[in-house]
Amino acid sequence: MQSLASTMVEHEVKGRSPWADARKRFVRNKAAMFGLCILIFVVLFAIFGNWIAVWSNEELDFNVMGQVATMGQPSIENGHYFGTDDLGRDLFSRTVQGTQISLMVGVVGAAIAVIAGTLYGATAGYIGGRTDQLMMRAVDILMSIPYMFVLILLLVMFGRSIAMLFLGIGLISWLDMSRIVRGQTLSLKNREFIEAARATGVSTWKIIIRHIVPNLLGVVAVYATLLVPLMILTESFISFLGLGVQEPLTSWGALISEGSKTMAYGTLWQLAFPLFFFVITLFGFFFVGDGLRDALDPKER
Amino acid sequence: MTRPLLDVRDLHVIFRIHSQAAMPWTKPRSLYAVNGVNFTLNQGETLGIVGESGSGKSTLARALIGLADATGKAEWIDGKDLIAMSPRQMMKYRSDIQMVFQDPLASLNPRMTVGQIIAEPLITHRPGLRKAEVKERVKAMMEKVGLLPNQINRYPHEFSGGQCQRIGIARALIVEPKLIICDEPVSALDVSIQAQVINLLIRLQRELGLSLIFIAHDLSVVKHISDRVMVLYLGKVMEIASSTDLYSAPQHPYTQALLSAVPVPDPDFDPTNTVVPLHGELPSPFNPPSGCVFRTRCPRAQARCASEVPLLLGNDQQVACHFPGPLTAAEIARARQSEVA
Amino acid sequence: MALLEIKNLNVRFKTNDGAVHAVNNVDLSVDAGEPLGIVGESGSGKSQLSFAIMGLLAQNGQATGSVTFDGQEILNAPPKVLNRIRAEKIAMIFQDPMTSLNPYMRVSDQMAEVLTLHKGLSRRDALAESVAMLDAVKIPDAKGRVRLYPHEFSGGMRQRVMIAMALLCRPKLLIADEPTTALDVTVQAQIMTLLADLQREFGMAMILITHDLGVVAGACERVAVMYGGRIRELGPVGPLFREPAHPYTQGLLAAIPRVDQNDDELAAIPGSPPNMSHPPPGCAFEPRCTYRRDGCAQQRPALEYFTADRARACFAPLRMFRQAAKPLCCQILMPPQKR
Repeated sequence: MQSLASTMVEHEVKGRSPWADARKRFVRNKAAMFGLCILIFVVLFAIFGNWIAVWSNEELDFNVMGQVATMGQPSIENGHYFGTDDLGRDLFSRTVQGTQISLMVGVVGAAIAVIAGTLYGATAGYIGGRTDQLMMRAVDILMSIPYMFVLILLLVMFGRSIAMLFLGIGLISWLDMSRIVRGQTLSLKNREFIEAARATGVSTWKIIIRHIVPNLLGVVAVYATLLVPLMILTESFISFLGLGVQEPLTSWGALISEGSKTMAYGTLWQLAFPLFFFVITLFGFFFVGDGLRDALDPKER
Repeated sequence: MTRPLLDVRDLHVIFRIHSQAAMPWTKPRSLYAVNGVNFTLNQGETLGIVGESGSGKSTLARALIGLADATGKAEWIDGKDLIAMSPRQMMKYRSDIQMVFQDPLASLNPRMTVGQIIAEPLITHRPGLRKAEVKERVKAMMEKVGLLPNQINRYPHEFSGGQCQRIGIARALIVEPKLIICDEPVSALDVSIQAQVINLLIRLQRELGLSLIFIAHDLSVVKHISDRVMVLYLGKVMEIASSTDLYSAPQHPYTQALLSAVPVPDPDFDPTNTVVPLHGELPSPFNPPSGCVFRTRCPRAQARCASEVPLLLGNDQQVACHFPGPLTAAEIARARQSEVA
Repeated sequence: MALLEIKNLNVRFKTNDGAVHAVNNVDLSVDAGEPLGIVGESGSGKSQLSFAIMGLLAQNGQATGSVTFDGQEILNAPPKVLNRIRAEKIAMIFQDPMTSLNPYMRVSDQMAEVLTLHKGLSRRDALAESVAMLDAVKIPDAKGRVRLYPHEFSGGMRQRVMIAMALLCRPKLLIADEPTTALDVTVQAQIMTLLADLQREFGMAMILITHDLGVVAGACERVAVMYGGRIRELGPVGPLFREPAHPYTQGLLAAIPRVDQNDDELAAIPGSPPNMSHPPPGCAFEPRCTYRRDGCAQQRPALEYFTADRARACFAPLRMFRQAAKPLCCQILMPPQKR
């Protein structure tokens, strides 16, 4: 042992964390990287789209109004890259705005789920016993309520607003997450390193934060990437029903809804452009979610 | 005589198992994991605990450290009872009793660096320490257990099994405990690495004047490290004696069977006259045999063994058996005969 | 002619960190009816060797070389051929019995299935044969227990059931991969006695893979010691244990804590096993070896016979080991009452 110590080098060797390993595996996954590129493209579109747009999303192009089917087609010349909508508003800037809103709904919904669901599930699972029973039965009860019905009721009663939408989506999104996290926690709880921490007297809260949650993050990250598209879908469905975001704001769901109504008049682009972004984003998230699962699964070597 | 570091008297651990299929109001079944264990541990002494799986040796360790609910008494050197303590009172003693676990890798959080892992008990029990000082102590401890201190930022999966166990030992030692409970610390390691870890534990114990409770299912491993050895079977003490006495003249038939079952790395060794065959397997701990719990597998069992529970008797070499003493060649031969039949 | 003949067997695994050289240039033969032990620590390639023989390597594994069984090449043979051989000629038992038992099928059905499929027995005969086999592995009340599910047996009994399943077709070769590692010592002793008895009774060859030198000493006639994916020493059990001719074998024997000796400090082998994704160019044991000399780190010693039946792969002269070896006869465990 002495010889080991004498050969000791002064500078500290940097460790290769499990996250770094996962990142390496993820980068090697072509489908996941492709999905990630799509997502980056969509995000860039949402952030910088308005710089390219010639028209704002509220201006009406009076040249086009009334003859959208013939004049409102996508064209570079008049600045309507994606054409105009039925009222003569620029569809490009409307899509940019819809993308912003939809992404925000997805990310905020998933974020609420990740934070609330993880903490709730980890607490229930770690403490166990009666507390666990009570907490999880509460989740069961909430889950048994037809949430779409409640969401619609909320929007009708308290008026349609983005805040209300976030609240509604946030309320339901964490339930599944808490169940998944609890299950994972139960299997983690009896691992020896948790026992080691308990034996030293580390407090319950610190064990959850320092030992349980970091080891859950893999599962949580995978589920969160799959949750974002789910949130976007939910919002789109609500907006499609006409209960989602309110004019002049818009979202992918609202745009697709408008586009589908005017499809019969030959203005197919009004449906195609929002739908295109909607679909590639969902694909992007699914690919990334798949890639994350493979990268974070230690069994797959 | 000086006070022992730890004096355990009539320790019981009973698990209430509620069957999944049972109705909520049915009574849970009781599993007697540890069933009335008595022993003392002196300062600077190593006590080996041996038993097969299901003998309650790990549960006993967990009870002492407060991870399992127990009844009975476990008196620390200052006269306080560890079992009766509230978690808050126990905090003070947790830094005195540390544990080393069986699975070297599983006992280390994969998402923490070695430095963070070793430092955890320190920052829990000495919250006032400055960061630089913690790091310094961690590095000194790493050097002490034979790890390179410059590897402080590495993660557990970058180390071999033996090195991971050294990390586990460093974590236990960092708060300068008086007692370390080692729960099968080498059974997951290869033979050549096993010897390294055992030698390290012996060296550290001598240097630091520690007391050790060393749990193993392997009698040969325990022999090299222990001053005294306790043999457990189905949650009860069968025999407790100094290691030289226990290995040279085992009194309990179970100890003899256990000793003789250890495979000897010598091709010239003839097992016919020495190996005591044990029939069957451990009885269910839900429903332990009446009287002596070992009687169902004992080559010497008689009617009295079923009716009367043998007490742990003797001064230095304590045995819980109605008919103690070495098995004769005739008894071994009879046991082998009945196995063939 | 040997029953099983392994020539220049190599096993590579493709992983994200590059190729892992699990087994390297292994030459080994097993005669009919011979019990052979393969000893090595985890990562020595002993299990992968047996998986390669059985054609059970993981997806990312690749075996090269030659393995002939009864004169027939079986390495990388088509699955159809392998299935037939695996079922009827070579059987394997594992550390965890549940890996080869279907938890949702009664033991009787699982055993009868093998017999009806491969031996064409009727269901009634198959069942009778199954009960007879469970009797042979000394399961009490075999007739009643044959109808149970695997999880209803205890650990040791489950291992017996697996042995019975493996022996159903009377294989010529039984490969036992750490059959007793998960068991308690007293049960281990039962199972090892049983295996040794059955091996003699059935007259089959056996390859016993284990990390425990004690287990090999009691059950095998010849033993191969593996380290870093290579055979380091090969020879009959008696001479090899009494006078090990390789520093690794010697170190391993000295490192075992023994119930029958009073060493104060165990003779540990310093250092850790090699990383087989970056095998050293020379002898893999060199960094841990007390006999190492110039050239050991660059050149790799080949496995060479130094007597008719003993071989070793080491550059250090033989006489160094003769001097160092302790006579084993005085280390035998004496019966307790004679002390």
